[in-house]
Amino acid sequence: MSVITIERKVLEKNDQLAQRNRLFFEERGIFVLNLVSSPGAGKTSILEKTFLELRGSMRAAVIEGDVQTDLDAQRVAKYGVPVVQIVTLGACHLEANLVQDAMRNLDFTGVELLFIENVGNLVCPASYDLGEQAKVVVLSTTEGDDKPLKYPSMFLNSSLLIINKIDLIPYVNCDLNRLKNNALQINPKLRIFEMSCTTGAGFPEWCNWLKKKDVSSL
Amino acid sequence: MHELAIAQNILEIVQQSVPENQTKSVRGIRIRVGQMSGIVPDSLDFCFSAIINDTHLQRARLAIEQVPTLSQCKTCAHRFGIEDWVFTCPVCQSTNLELISGKELEIVEIELADEGDEAI
Repeated sequence: MSVITIERKVLEKNDQLAQRNRLFFEERGIFVLNLVSSPGAGKTSILEKTFLELRGSMRAAVIEGDVQTDLDAQRVAKYGVPVVQIVTLGACHLEANLVQDAMRNLDFTGVELLFIENVGNLVCPASYDLGEQAKVVVLSTTEGDDKPLKYPSMFLNSSLLIINKIDLIPYVNCDLNRLKNNALQINPKLRIFEMSCTTGAGFPEWCNWLKKKDVSSL
Repeated sequence: MHELAIAQNILEIVQQSVPENQTKSVRGIRIRVGQMSGIVPDSLDFCFSAIINDTHLQRARLAIEQVPTLSQCKTCAHRFGIEDWVFTCPVCQSTNLELISGKELEIVEIELADEGDEAI
């Protein structure tokens, strides 16, 4: 037997492309957040509400990722935001090359903020760097307070946690403190926002944070 | 869940690293998989053996080394293994930790059969 020693990262190609994306964004001063969650946690609703709140103060763009349909892109486009939809046709996560292709079709003129809405999945998107400044994991109260313990990798790899649908807490079996403790046990540095797209709770704080583009606090 | 994509990446890297006339001789591919990499070794093994069927690498097998999650406390310098994803120092309860290992997903080396081995 002869041996070839190579010591290469399996995801090196993705990581290199992600780094190229990151440089593109940094040169233009664009703040990029990669939104991850299970399906139905409310990522698109959060974007809609965020764009209403940010109207006139900050220009944003969106890259949408879904297994099928451009329904999310249609929703977001109503807010006058440049948007490109990636349809993965089965793949359960976005990769840096897909984001790069989407970037070619986006008009970044005046854009300060880019949201990449990943495919709804609490497992695979955790492994892939897309070139974002931070991953934001969205968890809704209807999913239960044990989700961070069940899908720890996503919480470990995220910098922010949005707890969504907090208006539903009286009706669902979710203890907000337990949820936060479970998440912080995995990642004590997580910055947490408690929000509701229905009541608008938490959106002023969230949008103020976005306007600061405070990467250093992550 | 994305082990198939990972298996395809491994195949690509091996094909790039081994001269084309030697790909048939590849027998082993040593992989390091961290406990927190999000990769299930059995599933990766299954996906890899499925995609090499129609390639020159069909006699290659993955040798997967699992790497435990190790951490060092930045407050008291205690080194310990992370269990149940609790990122708190068991000695001083600090949460200011440095991750030493556990996120690996790397190809370490490739084993090739020599001409003499082929006869066996």
